Amino acid sequence: MKDEKTYFFDRPENVARLLRVFYGVCIILAVLDFVIHRHVYHAWENLWLFYPIYGFVGCVLLVLVAKWMRTFLMRDESYYEDLERARTDSSGDSRDA
Amino acid sequence: MPESLPPFLIFYVVALLALPARGILRTVLMLSAPVLGAWCVWQTPEGSYGVLQVLQFELTLHRVDRLATLFGYLFNLAAFIAFVYALHVRDRVQQTASILYAGSALGAVYAGDLITLFVFWEMLALTSVFLVWARRTDRAYRSGMRYLIIQVLSGLLLLGGVIAYAADGNSLSFDYIGLEGFASWLILLAFGIKCAFPFMHNWLTDAYPESTPTGTVFLSAFTTKVAVYALARAFPGTELLVYVGATMATFPIFFAVIENDLRRVLAYSLINQVGFMVVGIGIGTALAINGAVSHAFNDVIFKGLLFMSMGAVLYRTGKINGSELGGLYKTMPKTTVLCIVGAASISAFPLFSGFVSKSMVMSAALANDFHIVWLLLLFASAGVFHHAGIKIPYFAFFAHDSGIRTQEAPTNMLVAMSLAAALCITIGVFPDFLYRLLPYDTGYNPYDATHVLAQTQLLFFSALAFVWLNLRGMYPPELPSTNLDADWLYRRLAPSVIGHTASMVARWDAGMRSSGRLVLVRAAQLVNRHHSPGGFLARTWSTGSAVFWVVAILAVYLLLFAVGDGMALR
Repeated sequence: MKDEKTYFFDRPENVARLLRVFYGVCIILAVLDFVIHRHVYHAWENLWLFYPIYGFVGCVLLVLVAKWMRTFLMRDESYYEDLERARTDSSGDSRDA
Repeated sequence: MPESLPPFLIFYVVALLALPARGILRTVLMLSAPVLGAWCVWQTPEGSYGVLQVLQFELTLHRVDRLATLFGYLFNLAAFIAFVYALHVRDRVQQTASILYAGSALGAVYAGDLITLFVFWEMLALTSVFLVWARRTDRAYRSGMRYLIIQVLSGLLLLGGVIAYAADGNSLSFDYIGLEGFASWLILLAFGIKCAFPFMHNWLTDAYPESTPTGTVFLSAFTTKVAVYALARAFPGTELLVYVGATMATFPIFFAVIENDLRRVLAYSLINQVGFMVVGIGIGTALAINGAVSHAFNDVIFKGLLFMSMGAVLYRTGKINGSELGGLYKTMPKTTVLCIVGAASISAFPLFSGFVSKSMVMSAALANDFHIVWLLLLFASAGVFHHAGIKIPYFAFFAHDSGIRTQEAPTNMLVAMSLAAALCITIGVFPDFLYRLLPYDTGYNPYDATHVLAQTQLLFFSALAFVWLNLRGMYPPELPSTNLDADWLYRRLAPSVIGHTASMVARWDAGMRSSGRLVLVRAAQLVNRHHSPGGFLARTWSTGSAVFWVVAILAVYLLLFAVGDGMALR
């Protein structure tokens, strides 16, 4: 690689800075939950930090379940191509015979 | 009367005229179709035009009402953006197919009766498959074949349903049908296939990622949205759709998380977004229908933007798998920013277009006491941010540096993406532009403190989950792989069952034939042995041995007689 200009995210301190801002926003949003009065349509919305917790837990579960799905759904990249090739080969053979 | 010109006709004529054109003339011709089309939509007041009498049927080619007008604007807009995006393509097949495809979508939207709808329903299939085949790979060919078979099947179901529906004495006008009786089930199934209902969805995830960089942008805009439009017209308030839609909104996000091909991730998220629309149609109140169709409007634009940005990546790098990409923000910064706008819109961040439409469906679900469905949709909202909002830009443009150094997308692509991004933000900030076009006036305002705070919290903490999982090393890496889905049933199980049955029948058949042949051969051998020269029955006998045999036969005869006689005497 000749082009060795350093880009923004090549510096770990920039990544860290971005993450700090992000954590800060998360904390502010969580605190706002206690400040802003909201109209509630569902009983669960009254629970403290319902939306943040639902979002966080939901996404962790989503990723873990999806990861677990890989154990029985994942096949080789050329899975269907191999099948199709095997099928055409075997039908080719029977025609030859 | 120019205002009664059916918009599909403009596109069909332009497709023909643009065929021999090249250079600036071709550009002008292509872009003139959606501009002229939009002008027609704007000019035409509500009513029925282009009424034809064919046999005993009255066909309405151009029925205009609020719903049709909304989709009329949408499809002209989508066609315009996609044409700009595809201006660099020098391929007559793609060019003609895409113009005809956009025209067919408009034809279906303005169809006033079910027969006209059927014709354009099939035209959508026939024209769009060339966009898949245009990739000109073996994979794309096979995938396009499967796509075509399923799409034509949907058309046949629609035709069967329409015939049965007419036979029940119903009018053929394309209006509310409702789920009552066999005919309406057939029609719903036909719509459902095109709408990518669960277990009927794999034509989409199969074919869309196999198309060309520009072809997928067209594909993502029209077929499923025509189906949403048809559902909104014919089956609003059908409760079954609420549950079908909730399923569509949730299950694809799991597949999207583990999928490696980033355009296939978007295909799964397309189903997820259509799920929200189907829920809205199922609820069927004014607010819910408004939510469904406005979300369709926004989805065409932000999903188009995401497909365009991934198309630009594929066009520039020749790669689309998350496992092979990363760090592209260094060389494609504009595409990166535009992609992030699309990602924010699909995730429904406040001030982006997804927020102002998705929240209507969510509010309607709560207002009508679909609490479980509401929770599922909330989960799906967090999930879509996770896989489309973060995963797509992150793995393509950031993540680990793949070392790929390319160049920014071509100007026409950047212009098209900028147009879409500008629309995403404009509609997000000034939702009234869109709300004014909606079928009902509900006075809905998405920007109250409750909605904004709740949605922002949900999204930021979903992002926190992503960051946390990544830092802990628990986030599943992008792996080159195929994930089994419902298409396994027809790509693996059915062929192997058919193959096994066929080979069993063949083996049984071969066994019967060979044993039959063996019997015949044995018999022939026997006859041959006895009759051939030197065979037992062909021998010339000496007189002596002949006399011996005559005596022997007589002796046996005598013996039998004696035994028989003795038996009779007893």
